[in-house]
Amino acid sequence: MERTSIISKAPSELRTRPNLVDYEATRRAFTWDLAREALAGLPGGALNIAYETVVRHAGGPLRDHLAFRFLGQDGAVHDLSYGDLAVLTARFANVLRGLDVVRGERVFVLTGRIPELYAAVLGGLRAGCAVSPLFSAFGPEPIATRLNIGQGAVLVTTESLYERKVAKIRGELTTLRHVLLVSDDGTPTDVPGTHDLGRLMGAASDDFPTVPTRPDELALLHFTSGTTGTPKGAMHVHGAVATHWATGLYALDLHPDDVFWCTADPGWVTGTSYGIIAPLLHGVTSIVDEGDFDAERWYRILHEQKVSVWYTAPTAIRMLMKAGPELAQRFEFPKLRFVASVGEPLNPEAVWWGQEVLGLPIHDNWWQTETGGIMIANVPALDIKPGSMGRPLPGVEAAIVREGKDGLVEVVEEPDVEGELALLRGWPAMLRGYLNNEERYRKCFSGVWYLTGDLARRDADGYFWFVGRKDDVIKSAGHLIGPFEVESALMEHPAVAEAGVIGKPDEMVGEIVKAFVSLKKGYEPSDALRMELLAHARRKLGAAVAPKEIDFATTLPRTRSGKIMRRLLKARELGLPEGDTSTLEAGA
Amino acid sequence: MTEKYPELRANVIAILRGIAPEVEVDELRDDRPLRQQVDLDSMDWLNFLIGISERLKVSIPEADYGRLVTLGNLLDYLRAKLG
Repeated sequence: MERTSIISKAPSELRTRPNLVDYEATRRAFTWDLAREALAGLPGGALNIAYETVVRHAGGPLRDHLAFRFLGQDGAVHDLSYGDLAVLTARFANVLRGLDVVRGERVFVLTGRIPELYAAVLGGLRAGCAVSPLFSAFGPEPIATRLNIGQGAVLVTTESLYERKVAKIRGELTTLRHVLLVSDDGTPTDVPGTHDLGRLMGAASDDFPTVPTRPDELALLHFTSGTTGTPKGAMHVHGAVATHWATGLYALDLHPDDVFWCTADPGWVTGTSYGIIAPLLHGVTSIVDEGDFDAERWYRILHEQKVSVWYTAPTAIRMLMKAGPELAQRFEFPKLRFVASVGEPLNPEAVWWGQEVLGLPIHDNWWQTETGGIMIANVPALDIKPGSMGRPLPGVEAAIVREGKDGLVEVVEEPDVEGELALLRGWPAMLRGYLNNEERYRKCFSGVWYLTGDLARRDADGYFWFVGRKDDVIKSAGHLIGPFEVESALMEHPAVAEAGVIGKPDEMVGEIVKAFVSLKKGYEPSDALRMELLAHARRKLGAAVAPKEIDFATTLPRTRSGKIMRRLLKARELGLPEGDTSTLEAGA
Repeated sequence: MTEKYPELRANVIAILRGIAPEVEVDELRDDRPLRQQVDLDSMDWLNFLIGISERLKVSIPEADYGRLVTLGNLLDYLRAKLG
């Protein structure tokens, strides 16, 4: 097949008529109020994500419909219907009440993708608590930072994660009142200072009246990283569910008979918005793989589970590409009809690889933790320009902006100009604040525009193209990693005088975390010390955040104000011109 | 517990320690999934298998990755490959 610059679509030839066919007309007709009308709501204008996703379906024709199919690492299959999910969420909400956990308190979840995670997230929402799922590959330090910023009252985790990551930091978690443990092997747990979740769930009632939360009431906390300071807790409200619904409809094209597989972990926003909420809103069946990435396993899941809509990430796609087309050819995907990707720009080769190996091009889309849901997307009915993130969805106004005269940004009207990607504020899933950090939240806006921190350009046809990040945040396997968090952990090692952390370009994962450290007097660079520092960072930060490479440097370049010049470290690493160094400290 | 193929095991563990130097070697159990005992992300895991294949000069096709869950699986697999 010839690789052209546009993959043309003929909507009338698609097996399933897309939900979004006439892009312009749908955008004109769409309002967020109309999206809200598709939701059930609760009396008195209340809105609760758990009611919309679970409770209302369990009381209707979808009661026995499969909501989640969990595929265990060892091949075991565990099915939950919408009715089952209603029972589990009621029990979890009752467990919280039994422990005197009240509306508005924060429930953190740190587990793999096991049924208990889904019961806890949705049950916590049902009880009116704010929920924060954490990635289980985080080390003790990122866990403690996030729990403390979020003032977690409850932590749901597993026996082994507790022992490995939480027990040693328990004393630092001053707001934490209850730890609920999921047993590793199904037998009751008996760890001091914790509760056995299985036992509590077994004793809890199946009835729980869903808390009638307000649309602007805090529902979800997702942590994201900036260049400086501690991670930011992005606050999302129950009303965000209107965005989850509309984007599930238009960007993922969910239809009632779909089998949907979102490969993201709920510890990242994608795995919550689209691994939990959106598919349930649309009453479809989701596949959840408890295992880690494995090329053959993934093809087998697509094949055996008859996945029809697949939402995955560039890193995974590149790993599948690397495994070769022969592996894919052992499987068949006759049911697969739509493939989407998010996390970082999908290179044109990967878009075409989908067309050639899966028989379907891959549809890149763009959003971020702060937006709560997909904003710009390639959709089934529209032509794809490989390498582009697509066009703004109905209800989303996107623009390229630049610094204006009066301190506010101004919109760049002409096409093909690079600038900051901005979104007109006011969509329902927009963050409503960073926890305890009003100033950082205010900085996200300029007048009516939410500023994304991503640099992009818009072409004459209205397609957006990602250019880069405006700041030093590292994007690895689609996840943002704050260099400051990594530098701080390295600085805690007695040998380290200073540390500078950058994203080093990597074919597979976009960027890897690379650290440069200078040593205190009395320490000499050696391979043994490098390994010791790597071990130290991994123990504190976990594999997902810790550096993959550490280099020694005699000094690190700093600005006159003392900030480490990460940009310069990166230019050196890449052998690029170092640019304007006039703000550098002498001798650096 | 007698450990399987001590020399091969030592080699594999040395490669693992190059990626995850924090690993507590004495606590590693051959019969439990390795990634439940050692914090390895997808990239670490890939680098681990590539490291083994380079250092021990065995080819490990990606199609076989799914079978290599525990250290025991891996040692048996490598033993068979190395003859």
